Amino acid sequence: MAEPVTVSDNKHKSQVNSGASYSGNGRSSAAAAERSSGGSGSSSGAGAAGGGLSGGLTQPAGWQSLLSFTILFLAWLAGFSSRLFAVIRFESIIHEFDPWFNYRSTHYLSSNGFYEFLNWFDERAWYPLGRIVGGTVYPGLMVTAGLIHYVLNLLHITVHIRDVCVFLAPVFSGLTSISTFLLTRELWNQGAGLLAACFIAIVPGYISRSVAGSFDNEGIAIFALQFTFYLWVKSVKSGSVFWAIGCCLSYFYMVSAWGGYVFIINLIPLHVFVLLLMQRFSRRVYIAYSTFFIIGLVLSMQVPFVGFQPIRTSEHMAAAGVFVLLQVYAFLQYLKDRLTRQEFQTLFFLGVSLAAGVVFLSVIYLTYTGYIAPWSGRFYSLWDTAYAKIHIPIIASVSEHQPTTWVSFFFDLHILVCTFPAGLWFCIKNINDERVFVALYAISAVYFAGVMVRLMLTLTPVVCMLSAVAFSCVFEHYLGDDMKRQSPPAEDSSDEDDRKNAGNLYDKAGKVRKHVSEQEKAEEGLGPNVKSIVTMLMLMLLMMFAVHCTWVTSNAYSSPSVVLASYNHDGSRNILDDFREAYYWLRQNTEEHARVMSWWDYGYQIAGMANRTTLVDNNTWNNSHIALVGKAMSSNETAAYDIMRSLDVDYVLIIFGGVIGYSGDDINKFLWMVRIAEGEHPRDIRESDYFTPQGEFRVDKAGSPTLLNCLMYKMSYYRFGEMQLDFRTPPGFDRTRNAEIGNKDIKLKHLEEAFTSEHWLVRIYKVKKQENRDRVEHKLRSSNANKQKYTSKKTSKRKRGYIRNKLSLKKGKKLQKKFL
Amino acid sequence: MSNSVISVISRFLEEYSTSTPTKLKMVDAYLLYILLTGALQFLYCLLVGTFPFNSFLSGFISCVGSFILAVCLRIQINPQNKGDFLSISPERAFADFLFAHTVLHLVVMNFIG
Repeated sequence: MAEPVTVSDNKHKSQVNSGASYSGNGRSSAAAAERSSGGSGSSSGAGAAGGGLSGGLTQPAGWQSLLSFTILFLAWLAGFSSRLFAVIRFESIIHEFDPWFNYRSTHYLSSNGFYEFLNWFDERAWYPLGRIVGGTVYPGLMVTAGLIHYVLNLLHITVHIRDVCVFLAPVFSGLTSISTFLLTRELWNQGAGLLAACFIAIVPGYISRSVAGSFDNEGIAIFALQFTFYLWVKSVKSGSVFWAIGCCLSYFYMVSAWGGYVFIINLIPLHVFVLLLMQRFSRRVYIAYSTFFIIGLVLSMQVPFVGFQPIRTSEHMAAAGVFVLLQVYAFLQYLKDRLTRQEFQTLFFLGVSLAAGVVFLSVIYLTYTGYIAPWSGRFYSLWDTAYAKIHIPIIASVSEHQPTTWVSFFFDLHILVCTFPAGLWFCIKNINDERVFVALYAISAVYFAGVMVRLMLTLTPVVCMLSAVAFSCVFEHYLGDDMKRQSPPAEDSSDEDDRKNAGNLYDKAGKVRKHVSEQEKAEEGLGPNVKSIVTMLMLMLLMMFAVHCTWVTSNAYSSPSVVLASYNHDGSRNILDDFREAYYWLRQNTEEHARVMSWWDYGYQIAGMANRTTLVDNNTWNNSHIALVGKAMSSNETAAYDIMRSLDVDYVLIIFGGVIGYSGDDINKFLWMVRIAEGEHPRDIRESDYFTPQGEFRVDKAGSPTLLNCLMYKMSYYRFGEMQLDFRTPPGFDRTRNAEIGNKDIKLKHLEEAFTSEHWLVRIYKVKKQENRDRVEHKLRSSNANKQKYTSKKTSKRKRGYIRNKLSLKKGKKLQKKFL
Repeated sequence: MSNSVISVISRFLEEYSTSTPTKLKMVDAYLLYILLTGALQFLYCLLVGTFPFNSFLSGFISCVGSFILAVCLRIQINPQNKGDFLSISPERAFADFLFAHTVLHLVVMNFIG
C-alpha cells in the first residue's frame, strides 16, 4: 500500500493543482500563490497528462522530475519570502540577543581569519574574567557565514558580513525543505516528500527561530539534523560504507553547529537497539552503525567545545554501549552461522554473560569513580523537570525553558498536530527498518517538546514528515485512478449512507479518516462524489494552514526586539528606537575601555552595538559573577557602590518600561535578580525582604522599604516622580505596574544620571569616582558676619566723621542682639 | 564443560581453515594485525599514562576504525552475503573502503596534535 505508482499520483496531483488555482487566487498567502503558480507551471504537464489518461504518458519520468524540481524550488522561494517580514517592515538588522554575539564573532572571523577566531580570548566580556570564545562556542554558524562571505567577495560580489548573517537563515530554510523531501522520500514516497518539503518551508514552529535577522544556531542546525537523518536512513537501507561516511560528515557539521547534537547521538543508538530487540538485525545495520559510531566519534572530538566529552559524559555513553553490544551480537551471529546448535549453545551463555557483565561493571565503575561525568544540569532537567527550579535558578529563569502549553502546539503547528498521529499510525502499520526510526524520532520529540517550549523546534520536522505521510495516504486513496478499480458501482443504500456521512465530514478534520476507512472496508469502489468532497476538504484544510502560517509569521515571529513598533488608532506606525539610541550614545560618548554593568540579558547587545566591555552576558557561564551583579542591583546604594568599585564599573544600564508600559523591563525581572543573588549570598539578600508583609510585590508607597531603597528601584524611578504622563494619572504613575510609585524624591549619592532615552526605556548612569575627602556630616557653622540689616544709602550719613550703622543705645532698654 | 568448549573451538578453527576463501583469510589476517596493534597501544597507555590524551585517542581510534572498516569490507565481499548487498559489487565495496580510510586518516592526522 505504501509503494504506489508514483506516476499516476503525480499526474493526478498536477490536475488537482490546476483545479486549486481557480479557488486559490483570491487569497494572498505565499503558499497559495505557490500552489497556483505550481498549477500553472504544470498545466502544460496536465495537458499532456490529460491526453495521457487514456494511453501512457510520454516520458513520465521527465515530467515527474520537472514537477518535483519546480515544487521544491517554489517551496524554497516560499520559505525564503515568508521569513522576510521583519526586513521589509524595519530594516536588515540582527534581532534579539544571542544573534548579536554570533554576529560579533562572525565579524571577528571575517576580519581576522580562521585561526585568530579559533584562538580568540575575548577580554571585553565578563570583566574581569574574560571569555575563551574559541573553546566555548559552536563554530559551525560563524564558519558557514564567514565562508559564504569569503566566497562571495572572492567573486567580487561585495556583500557586507551583516547582510550575509541576516539572510543566512532563510537561505538555509530552503535547504532544510530539500533535505526533508529527501528524507520523507526514503521513508514513504515522492508525493509525501513534496508535501513535507512544502510544510516545513512555512510551518511557524521552524520559522520562529529562523526569520531573516535571527542569526542563531538553530537556523543551520535543523538543516544539518534533517540531512544527517536522511543519510542515516540511506545508509541503513543500502548498507554501504559510502553513505555511512556521508552521515558521519554531516554529523560532524551538526556537532559544530548546535548543542542539540546530543539528540542525534542518542536517537541513532536507540534506533539500533530497538531494531535488535525487534529481531531485525541485519548486516546492513551493523555496517551502518559501526562505521557511523567510530568515525563520527573521532570527528565530533575535533570541535574544541566538545573536546573529550564524547567519551567522558553520560550523555554519550548510550552510543558506546550500543556499539559494544552490536559487536558482540554480530560476532555471535557469525558463530551461529558456522557452528551447530549444540556447540553454539555451549559458547553462547559463557560468551554473552561474560561480555554483558564486563561492560556493565566497567560503566558503573567509571561513573562511580567520576571518570565519566554524570548527566549535566542542562540535560538532566529534561528528565526531572523540577530540578532546575530548585538547584539552578538561571536555567529556570529563561522563559524558553518553561513547559509548553497546548496553545503553543496549535499555534506553531496548526492542523499538522492533528494529522501527525495518523501519519505515525500509518508508519507503524507498515513497519520496516527506517520507519522504526521515524517512529522513535516522533515519540522522543513529542516528549521533549512537552517539557520545554524551546524544543518545539525539534518536534516540527517530524510532525511535517508524518503529516505529509498522512496526507499522502489520503490523497492516494481518494485521487486513485478510477480505471484501476474496476469494481461495480455501489448500491443505492450504501451510496446514501456515504453522502449522509459525508455531510458530517464538515464537523471535524479528525473525523474524516475514521468514517472513510470504515466505509472503505465496507465496499471496494467509492463514488466520485465522495472522492471529490474529501479531496476538496483536504485542500481547504491545507489552504487554511497556509493562511495561518503566514499570519502567525507576520504577527508573532517577525519582531526584531531591538526596535519596537506600536500602531496608532489611524493605523500609522510609531517606532520606538530607544535601545539603539542608547547603545549608540554609549558608543559615541564614553571612552573605549569603559565598563558597563547591566543585567545579563543585554550583555550581547551592549557588546555588539555599543562595543563596550560588559560584566555579564547571555552566556551565563559564571553563576557567581551574575549573582554579584544581582546583589549590586538589589542592595542599597552604598553597598552596591562597594561592589561596583571592586568591579571597576563605569556605567550602569537599566531598562525601564514605566513610561510606555513595556513589560519586559528590569523591575519585572527584579525578582529573578534577587533569587540568583540569594543563591550565592543568602545572608545578605533575602527574597522575602522585598515583599510586603502580606506577601505582595508592590512598588507604591506600601512597598517594602528594602525594595524602595535598593539600587534598581532608585535607578528606575529617578526623577520619575516629576513626570506626569497624562491628565488623569498623578505624577509618577508607572504604566507597567499600574501603580503610583512610592518614593518620588529620590537622591542618588554615588551615581549620576548620564543618559535617558526618548521614551525613558533605557537609562544609563555614571558611577562617580570616590570623593577626595570623606564627607563629614557637620552642621554649618553660622556666624553673623554677613548678617547685616539692609541699610539704604540714603539713610545712613556718608559724611566724614560719622559711623555708619552705629548701634544706638536708648537708656533704660536692653540692647537686643538679634542673631539671625 | 571446558573439554567441550575446547573441542568446539578446535572444530570451529578446522572448519574455518577449510571453508573460507583465500581472499577472506587475507582480510582476517589484516584484522588480527590491527587487533594486536590496538592492544599494544592500549597496553602502552596503561603503562605510561594518558598524556597527551588526544594523541592516544587518535591512535587508538585509528586502530578501532581500521578494524571496523575492514570488517565491513569483509562482510560486503563475502559471496555468502550477496543477497544482502545487491547494489554493492566487491569493487564498489573496496572503493568505499578506500574513501572511508581517507576520511579516517585525515581526521586522525588532525587530532594527533
